[in-house]
Amino acid sequence: MSTEQIAQIVDAKGLACPMPIVKTAQAAKGLAPGQLLEVLSTDAGSTKDFAAWAKATGNELVEQTVEGGVYRFVLRKK
Amino acid sequence: MEDEPINIVLFSGTEDRLQAAAVMASGAAALGKKVNIFLQYWGLEAFRKDRISTSLGLAPEAGARGAALVAEAAKAGQQPWHATLRVAKELGEIDIQACSLSMDVLKIEEEDLDPLVDGVEGVTAFYLNAGDGHIIFI
Repeated sequence: MSTEQIAQIVDAKGLACPMPIVKTAQAAKGLAPGQLLEVLSTDAGSTKDFAAWAKATGNELVEQTVEGGVYRFVLRKK
Repeated sequence: MEDEPINIVLFSGTEDRLQAAAVMASGAAALGKKVNIFLQYWGLEAFRKDRISTSLGLAPEAGARGAALVAEAAKAGQQPWHATLRVAKELGEIDIQACSLSMDVLKIEEEDLDPLVDGVEGVTAFYLNAGDGHIIFI
C-alpha cells in the first residue's frame, strides 16, 4: 500500500466503458505533475484499459489491486 | 503514440452505432488524440435538434433480444450516445463536421443541427484534416 498522499479519488464504480477511463483522463487533466490519482472501478474490462492508458499517456500506473469486485488503480500524473 | 488524429466517418443513425461512435471518440479523447467526425446521411440526420434526443432505434442485427439488452443497460445507468459524445467533447479535442453533400440531399440547414456539430465541410477538407490518421467508418 502506498503511504503517499492521494490528490484525488475518482469513483467510477458502477460505470461501464468508456466512462472509467474518460473520468480518469478528466481528473488527470486537473492534476499537477507527480500527483497521485486513485480510481475505483467495478468494470472488469477496464483493467487492461488503465494499463494501456497509462502506457499511452506516460502517466505511471503505480498500483493496481482488486478487493471484493472493486478494482483500485493508483496513477501518477507525469 | 503518433500524433495523428482519429477520424470517424459516421454514416449510421441508429442509437447503437451512434453509441459505438461516441465510445470510439471518447477513447481517443482520453488518450489525448484529436478526433475528427464526419457526419454523413443518417448519422447527420441523428444530429438534428428535433431528432437527437429521440428514440432512433437499433441496427437490424439487434433483434428483440438485442433491444432488451440495450434497454437494460440504459436502465442500469448507461447514458445516451449524445451525452457520451458531449462528455468526450469536454475532455478532448473533438471536431464534428456535417458532410455538405448530405446536408443538400437531406435538405438540412445548419441551424437545424444540435450545437455538437461544429460546421459543414466537404470530403476533401475531411481528408486534409485526417492526415495520416486512421479513418473509421461507422
